[in-house]
Amino acid sequence: MNNEITNQNIIDNEDSMNIVIVGHVDHGKSTVIGRLLADTQALPEGKLEQLREMCRRNAKPFEYAFLLDALKDERSQGITIDSARCFFKTDLRKYIIIDAPGHIEFLKNMITGASRAEAALLVIDAREGICENSRRHGYILEMLGIKQLAVLVNKMDLVGYDKDTYDKIVHDYSEFLSQINITPTSFIPVSAMEGDNIAIHSEKNIPWYDGMTVLEQLDAFKNIENEENLPLRMPVQDVYKFTADGDNRRIVAGLIETGSLSVGDEVVFYPSRKTTKVNSIEEFAREPQNTVYAGKSTGFTCTTQIYTKRGEIACKVGEPAPCVGRKFRTSIFWLGNEPMTPERRYSLKIGTAKAACKIDSIISTLDASTLVKSKKNKIERFDIADCIIETDHDIAFDLSSDIPVTSRFVIVSDYEITGGGIIMESISGGGSESYSAEVSSAERARIYGQNPVTVALTGTPENIEKYSVKIERALLDIGKLVYCESVKNAHDIEKIKLLAKAGIIAVAKLETEIDFKFDCNIKVDDNFSLDNALTEILSRAEIDI
Amino acid sequence: MTSSHLDKLESRSIHILRESYAAFKNLCMLWSIGKDSTVLLCLARKAFFGHVPFPLVHIDTHYKIPEMIEYRDRLALEWHLDMIYGENKEALDKKQTFPDGNVSRIECCRNLKTEALAHTLSGEWNRYRMNHQTGKYEIDSNREPYTGVIVGVRADEEGSRSKERYFSPRDKNNDWDIGEQPPEFWGQYKTDFAPGTHVRIHPLLDWTELDIWEYIKREGVPVVSLYFDQGNGKRYRSLGCYPCTKPVDSTSKNIDEIIEELRSGKFAKIAERSGREQDKEDGGGLEELRKDGYM
Repeated sequence: MNNEITNQNIIDNEDSMNIVIVGHVDHGKSTVIGRLLADTQALPEGKLEQLREMCRRNAKPFEYAFLLDALKDERSQGITIDSARCFFKTDLRKYIIIDAPGHIEFLKNMITGASRAEAALLVIDAREGICENSRRHGYILEMLGIKQLAVLVNKMDLVGYDKDTYDKIVHDYSEFLSQINITPTSFIPVSAMEGDNIAIHSEKNIPWYDGMTVLEQLDAFKNIENEENLPLRMPVQDVYKFTADGDNRRIVAGLIETGSLSVGDEVVFYPSRKTTKVNSIEEFAREPQNTVYAGKSTGFTCTTQIYTKRGEIACKVGEPAPCVGRKFRTSIFWLGNEPMTPERRYSLKIGTAKAACKIDSIISTLDASTLVKSKKNKIERFDIADCIIETDHDIAFDLSSDIPVTSRFVIVSDYEITGGGIIMESISGGGSESYSAEVSSAERARIYGQNPVTVALTGTPENIEKYSVKIERALLDIGKLVYCESVKNAHDIEKIKLLAKAGIIAVAKLETEIDFKFDCNIKVDDNFSLDNALTEILSRAEIDI
Repeated sequence: MTSSHLDKLESRSIHILRESYAAFKNLCMLWSIGKDSTVLLCLARKAFFGHVPFPLVHIDTHYKIPEMIEYRDRLALEWHLDMIYGENKEALDKKQTFPDGNVSRIECCRNLKTEALAHTLSGEWNRYRMNHQTGKYEIDSNREPYTGVIVGVRADEEGSRSKERYFSPRDKNNDWDIGEQPPEFWGQYKTDFAPGTHVRIHPLLDWTELDIWEYIKREGVPVVSLYFDQGNGKRYRSLGCYPCTKPVDSTSKNIDEIIEELRSGKFAKIAERSGREQDKEDGGGLEELRKDGYM
């Protein structure tokens, strides 16, 4: 250990890996972790003794699982409610072990835990054999995109370390995994309670097994390489223009999910298809770089002033483009208490984009614990569905067979994430508007070249008067339809609503507090910047092409 | 190419900070002046290219070690931070504190921190905002509640924190329902919330104590000298109110020596917050406090 410190580079280059432990309830996940922590000397002094003492007092047999159950709720129920994280290290690297609950009620917590992992340990009780969630968790791991999986056949002590029992589980579970296209990295017979094959080879109890221990398997997992050889995908988180202290940069910020980006690259934003060139890659308090790679939170300035915004994906000209559309075939897992139905509208979040969506049609639903398919007109809790989703406007995405990360989306209903999915196929022809006699707001927006925006100006009456004129002038000068109106009482808000309905950017000179949610709230005080105000209004007014 | 451990942590935290900024109109960051939230502040400056586009809120218990307050105000001025503090004036006036001998440690934490935090965030109690012209604090006229609150907690600090989400909803009573937390995957967070509720945001969740110190070294993050041995063989490992925080035995005089000390495993078996007395009051003292909104 000490010689590491003399080499300063090591500090920065130390590997780490997130591992998730999944499996059916009571199959011994927490015990496996407890044992790993104890056997790698990762426990605080006295912790083990403290827990043994607590167990004696409560007349309960000691369990390694108690180590993780730091919360009172959890101890009393004896099941893991949430994904607890534990830290330990081997000579090779640091590990963050995520203990995912096995109880079906907490599938959303299992997903939360598993989605952060680079590899998974799936625990099966040798005595109980393969259960509902042994299969369901296997399926979910596949959907989440976790490729490295070791299966631990636990509680071998309770079946007398019987090789036939072990072999049967290996055979049956391999068969299940092959149906969902997973090849496990390994199967390991263990007893977490007795410490067999966790950190030490169990030569005495399990002489017929000569594979890796759990600890050796962990070190054998590979860190996921950042996908810098794929095309560039950087979902735009925001365009920053912080003017404090004379800063005049306009920075497109985001996390590079795949690919790389260099100064001078021609970039194209989807779905708008606007193009520009990278002028500089920005970084605070560090040497500016010429190229940045996948995995990096970065930002760049452009050679030309273009309006891009959160929700677009920055890609490179000349590389394969993402799909743009509003109708696609997906595989969805549903976690909501209420079923997902074609009658309701939901929000879909993909990358940094958000769109209203609905089910176009459900092709089939699957019970992941049995792999039995059925045809239903709704997606019930814990179902996995093959279905077609339609959004209210175009979004940019990839297919999971091309670039998995940008094919992943979540569904939000009633403020909660209630489902997740991957896009399998783009369906063209979605969303084409048919003309009718009635004028729609979308049509109006297209003809006017703007969406209506409601803007509230607050501040002193003098400032409001002074700046409302400037805002109105600036917007009109670039061809926008805009009107400023005083709002003195709740009744006046109707005028603003009407202006917006007519497709106009309606600026309310607010003289009183009004219970109305404006699209933009602009304070005209000492920090006011006309540039920022216009950027905010225009980004809202911009229509999707 | 695989990025280094610190690079991965930094990029993930920056992503979370930017997502919060995009999602919450009334956003603030809690700054306890400790090493973790100061690292968080530096990450915010990186995320926003040298700017910190939201206020920093400090809950002043008036039992903080004086050096901490000096350090807070010095950095606030130097880095042009929108600095705000809040306090429980009533409890302080009525001496409902542990050092005054009138309430228990836990009750004192509840009064001076939990209550002060809840009412400062909601805007019900006075917020004091730094005037950068004078360097003095003035009562802030803005009383809008903060709906997004960025906090520097880490999962490895103690049991209950390991259950946190990156985006963790709190209901109208500031309560945290551990069993019913929203799912969080694929970099998608809970950014939609019902009126009256707010969301705690935890960009440092995956960092360990050692990560923090290695990052402080790599980035030259300024930290208060209380973390270092001043010659008496003692230093603070975690900073809080002086009546309830004890230094640990250590001769580490600088960042390198602290990193060496942590790597040597000297503290591997001693909880980081072992110097914080309120954690010891009963089996789940901190957990109970956290459910009520303690950081």
